[in-house]
Amino acid sequence: MIDLAQIVKQRYEAGLIRFRGLSQTWKQQNWAELGIETLIRGAGISTIFIVGLIFLFLVREGLPTFLDIPLRQLFGERWYPTEGYYGLWPLIVGSLVVTAGSVIIAVPLGLMTAIYLGEIAPPWQREILKPLIEMLAGIPSIVLGFIGWMVLAPLIQDLGAPTGLTAFTGALILAYMALPTIISISEDALYAVPKEYRDGALAMGATQWQTIWRVILPASRSGLMMGVMLGIGRAIGETMAVMMVTGNAAYIPKLGLDVPFSPVRTMTATIAAEMGEVSQGSLHYNVLFGIGIVLFLITFAINSIAGRLIGQVVRRRGGQL
Amino acid sequence: MLALLVPLRKSVMFATCLLLLVGCRSQTSTADDSGSSRAIQNKGSDTLVNIALAWAEAYQQVEPDVSIAVTGGGSGTGIAALINGTVDIANASRQIKSDEIEAAQKNGITPVEFVVAIDALAVIINPDNPVDALAIDQLADIYSGRITNWKEVGGRDAPIVLVSRESNSGTHVYFLEEVVRKGDSENTDIFAAETLMMPSSVGITSEVSRNPNAIGYDGLGYVTKDEKIIAVAESSDAPSVLPSIESASDGTYPLSRNLYMYTAGEPSDTIATYLDWIRGPEGQQIVAASGFVPITQE
Repeated sequence: MIDLAQIVKQRYEAGLIRFRGLSQTWKQQNWAELGIETLIRGAGISTIFIVGLIFLFLVREGLPTFLDIPLRQLFGERWYPTEGYYGLWPLIVGSLVVTAGSVIIAVPLGLMTAIYLGEIAPPWQREILKPLIEMLAGIPSIVLGFIGWMVLAPLIQDLGAPTGLTAFTGALILAYMALPTIISISEDALYAVPKEYRDGALAMGATQWQTIWRVILPASRSGLMMGVMLGIGRAIGETMAVMMVTGNAAYIPKLGLDVPFSPVRTMTATIAAEMGEVSQGSLHYNVLFGIGIVLFLITFAINSIAGRLIGQVVRRRGGQL
Repeated sequence: MLALLVPLRKSVMFATCLLLLVGCRSQTSTADDSGSSRAIQNKGSDTLVNIALAWAEAYQQVEPDVSIAVTGGGSGTGIAALINGTVDIANASRQIKSDEIEAAQKNGITPVEFVVAIDALAVIINPDNPVDALAIDQLADIYSGRITNWKEVGGRDAPIVLVSRESNSGTHVYFLEEVVRKGDSENTDIFAAETLMMPSSVGITSEVSRNPNAIGYDGLGYVTKDEKIIAVAESSDAPSVLPSIESASDGTYPLSRNLYMYTAGEPSDTIATYLDWIRGPEGQQIVAASGFVPITQE
């Protein structure tokens, strides 16, 4: 077979063929194109690049944690770094208890509010409630922490806990912090469900509740899931408010019904409380970055699981939301 | 990718150089006394922060063109800042540790110590709690988790809620060494894991004032009328003494300690004059007025 392109190329290089006019405009266009393309690509890559740099930095500063301290000690039960106790377990458990608590409180509340706002509430109520909920998102976390400290903690102590500074107090504050995210994203997801679905369900004689439960919720599942995941992300990374209300005692509560009512120390609060005191380059300093790595990995795991779940749902529906 | 990395590395180096330059400049500018307006950066112990603020304010009248910026954060925070070269004076409610001196020397800084006041550490409980006095041994057992119920030390049948400052606080370190470990350097006891770690002095006083089962400790100058101060005995057969300016200065109260200021190297003229003023009669009058104990004057 004769390779035409090969022949053209040979003749072009030998100077037998010229594309003068064509090649000039092509070149000019190409420069503009290249510029814009690089700009857009640069913007896209820079995000990944920055995340990569952050991770590299974390690893560089935190790696000695996992090299210099035996693993058995890292998963020990004592956190008292100034005396060389580097057990991360109480901090991990603390973060998980507080985050799980806030999810258990915030997800049902958030989804129910979103359903009420999107499907049941008359328009005039929506117009009042939506901006109010968005205002809740604007409250600085430290203010919520202050409310938790001054108002919530004494209330919880009156319920019979040994102290009002507990994982539950932290979970409540975090739940209120995650609620606006969950509500507004879920409400958007419900709004995206085509009107025909509702009309169709109602036309077939379904009640309003049946329509919501059997049609609207499944149709908006991926959006709802995204709202929940972003809410969890907000909760697990929160620092100041949690530091004020959870008591910061680095111990593992004994399994039982009173786990939520015992004080805990979260990973974020530990980093915030201790970063100021350590001298740079000490083992304690490295371990604080090590905690950062653990936190990063946990958030990364949650995000990728969420991404996969959403992906599966979308694929099952043939690419439709 | 390689081509991308090389300029990046260069720019990182450039940024580091810039940072170093800026760092050097801020250090030399504080040592330079020729200018008409001079600034002193002062940071550290939360125990000292109120007195340090009072000093800085009063010193404005004495030397109007010296401006002093005071921040708290804890003794460890202040000393770390001194080591990293970002403050002129570090306030500390404990002595500097040997590894901190080493770290400072690695950065070319030799910390110089000044005793500026004496503090009595008060052990506080809720006013509803019937307990009035505890021996150091009992306090050690309570804070290391060997005693967990108030009835074991003559109180009600209720769990003890331990409240402490974070480990970056000099007060925390002093309490660990003198109470939990009873001053014995061989002792390796540490705070019980259940101890609530408060990021501030106010955290301790407010938890103790609203929790009937809580016990905490704080500088005498920070105790309010909403908490009850208990008398402390050196040993179980020694008399229990309440903290006060008198009992702290004559040494009968067992938990009194020096409060320090550290400078990076021998202080420059501006800072030396300020420290002399602090340790002089005017400065020490402010110490007494803030509820702390003045250092004895020869």
